[in-house]
Amino acid sequence: MTDLATERGLAVELSDLTRVYGAVRALDGLTLHLEPGELVCLLGPSGCGKTTALRILAGLDQPTSGTVSVGGRDLTRVPANKRDMGMVFQAYSLFPHMTVIDNVAFGLKLRGRDGASRRKRAGDMLDLVGLGQHADRYAHQLSGGQQQRVALARALAVEPSVLLLDEPLSALDAKVRVQLRDEIRRVQLEVGTTTLFVTHDQEEALAVADRVGVMNAGRLEQLAPPAELYSAPATKFVGEFVGLSNRLPATVTAGVASVLGQEVPALDGSATGSGSALVRPEAISVVADPSGGATVTTVQFLGPLSRVTCQLADGTDVVAQLASTDAVRLTPGDAVRLEVAPSPVLVVAD
Amino acid sequence: MVGAFQDEAGGLTFGNLDALTSEAALTALKGSLVLSATTAVIGALLGALLAYLVVSLPTSSLLRRTTLAISGVLAQFGGVVLAFAWIATIGPVGILTKALSDLLGADLYGPWLFDIPGLVVVYCYFQIPLMVIVFAPAFEGLRPQWREAATNLGASTWDYWRHVAIPLLTPAFLGATLLLFANAFAAYATAAVLVSQGQPIVPLLIRQAITSEVLLGQANVGFALALEMIVVVTLVMLAYNMLLKRTSRWMR
Amino acid sequence: MRQSTGFKVGRAVGLLAFAVYFFLPLLAMFDFSTQARGSAEGRTWDNWAFMVTDEDLRSSIIASLLLALFTVVLMVVLLVPTMVWVRLRVPRARKLIEFLCLLPLTIPALVIVVGIANVYSWVTYLLGDSPLVLTFAYVVLVLPYSYRAIDAALAAIDVTTLAEAARSLGAGWFTVIVRIVLPNITSGVLGAAFISVALVMGEYVFASLLIFDTLPVAMAALNKSNSPAAMAAALASMVFVSLLLVGLTFLSRDRHKQGASS
Repeated sequence: MTDLATERGLAVELSDLTRVYGAVRALDGLTLHLEPGELVCLLGPSGCGKTTALRILAGLDQPTSGTVSVGGRDLTRVPANKRDMGMVFQAYSLFPHMTVIDNVAFGLKLRGRDGASRRKRAGDMLDLVGLGQHADRYAHQLSGGQQQRVALARALAVEPSVLLLDEPLSALDAKVRVQLRDEIRRVQLEVGTTTLFVTHDQEEALAVADRVGVMNAGRLEQLAPPAELYSAPATKFVGEFVGLSNRLPATVTAGVASVLGQEVPALDGSATGSGSALVRPEAISVVADPSGGATVTTVQFLGPLSRVTCQLADGTDVVAQLASTDAVRLTPGDAVRLEVAPSPVLVVAD
Repeated sequence: MVGAFQDEAGGLTFGNLDALTSEAALTALKGSLVLSATTAVIGALLGALLAYLVVSLPTSSLLRRTTLAISGVLAQFGGVVLAFAWIATIGPVGILTKALSDLLGADLYGPWLFDIPGLVVVYCYFQIPLMVIVFAPAFEGLRPQWREAATNLGASTWDYWRHVAIPLLTPAFLGATLLLFANAFAAYATAAVLVSQGQPIVPLLIRQAITSEVLLGQANVGFALALEMIVVVTLVMLAYNMLLKRTSRWMR
Repeated sequence: MRQSTGFKVGRAVGLLAFAVYFFLPLLAMFDFSTQARGSAEGRTWDNWAFMVTDEDLRSSIIASLLLALFTVVLMVVLLVPTMVWVRLRVPRARKLIEFLCLLPLTIPALVIVVGIANVYSWVTYLLGDSPLVLTFAYVVLVLPYSYRAIDAALAAIDVTTLAEAARSLGAGWFTVIVRIVLPNITSGVLGAAFISVALVMGEYVFASLLIFDTLPVAMAALNKSNSPAAMAAALASMVFVSLLLVGLTFLSRDRHKQGASS
């Protein structure tokens, strides 16, 4: 299906975007660069400005200041219907009075393509998302997941310069959500379109993206590949928002943090002096030790892994994640010692 | 309704149905159809326009809520009061009549007020608000995503209306228009108060038939005319169902 | 999508034009009702006072109000238990009840009058010629509107579960309907009552053709002898009904509240 691919994606540049609604600064100087063919996820809590950024890129909203350019062309003042982008909305965006294939062919019709080539292209796109046999149904005859596949096919049918996904999975069931997100990634790699994916679900973002941008209060906190984002958060917000973290008292001297009596490298951007280290549950191991100074309070079985909560002498709760084969030896009330793995941690000021 | 087929002695007859083909009855039927169709079409178009203007206001807008509430009142506002209101406006000494003759020397007043054209102006007064309350929900049902999706796929405002909004609104619009037609067709009170001479529409002819003291035995002609009204309303309902089937295959 | 200034100006002009068309007749009516008799100069409230001072007009107002009251009471007593009962016990009959209740809407009122004129000559013979015998006809007339208001309220609550919960706690059917269901559909019943009052206060077809002196009939008659007074009465009844219906829209606002958007 190589003929489906556009020659190659285009680079996208959002420069210093600001959007002010009355007294609210939805975007506060957002700068974001997407490499050609790259899938970038914008991740953040609701109200962080990620959807505003996407809508400004689509032209559905205007920035108060800043510029948008795609493939080196400034699009800031170009109206939405001339931007040549494909967008998938949260839900219910299919036109209910058109069949599935007419929905997919709609953008081509507006571009003046003749009926036969429209049907051919729309049919190919439906095959790509695995819905070729449903071409003549109406939206209400499809499940939520199928509707979103059609919406994806419709957005891609016009060979958009950029693909925009606005929380496309948030209205679906958990199981369908996982299936469809893998599907979206497969299709995106196949067509090679530069893609901006907005979501509030971190698992989703980490699973599909080449790079994830974490947003907070209208600003980009960190833009990095998923693994780096997880192992080396640049800011306190990222460390706490992405994944689970324990906050353990620590002191930093010359790039080395002292946590629970052990020395661990401190990440760039850590505070100096005393503060709290953000330590992942899987970076903590629990060792039975009558003089360890910590006590097991609960053991929670999660399948291959178990989550063990311990309490330090000063009352701090620490969550550790262990292989279940190790956790079975622990029962609440056991005296234990906690060890921190020597991977770098971020230390934040209290 | 058996009365439609009875003569004065109670025997079975189709003679009363013959009365339907009399000149007066045919004129009245034509008048009723013209009046209902005209006010249905004008009411539907202007009502849809007003509904769109109102719905384009923000949901929280006081003007939007007030207009919808007033429409709800005015749609119910047929009858005697409405007739009075228009007599006070464009009657022989109505304020508009007086204002126009004072300012322009034009004479607004004439027999037209008590005939079909006058009734059209007056009926629109409840047809337009009825259209607003029946049709506003259809506008509210247009999801903003559809407009954004269309724009995103390259549609101009005109493309959006032509390919998306108008096809989506058509079933509701046709249904509302037929409702307006039936509403005007059945209306009686306003015309009864406004028109005291002549029987330009079927309901007034029925009034004449059943209240007539001069021509005894007319009551059964009234029954026949009533039957005629039921037939027309039934035809409208059937047409409505057929239209709905044709235009809304995509609905559930 | 944001709206351009041009669109907003156009909208303001359009709304203004509609406002003129709709308010001019009301203003005209008010202007007319405050004119002194015999086209003398000056303004007067005499025509408004006429409502209270004139024997015939006053009794027709009282008749209409009583008629509205009886219609509402009879409507509620008939409709609420039937609809609850049908929902709970004989759901198959719902389509039938709905059809019966909406039927009067599809038949022109005038046709109904023609049909029941004979019946009413017997009713008047048996029960006397007080306008209040119109109650029976008016209950039929208000059925479609009341049915829809109450049906919407019933649809908004889970009657079956409520009734089962109450029954499991030992409530009888009477208690279920009066103490459990009714308080939960108050807004719907009030709505039905308001719209019924509005309809009865303005109803002219039945009353005039069956020759009963209700307010609209009296107004139409009065218009021939003293039209400013008739205008005043008409405007007063219009204001009364408007207040009821506007109250109704504010009542039903609660039901239309949508969930918060994200």
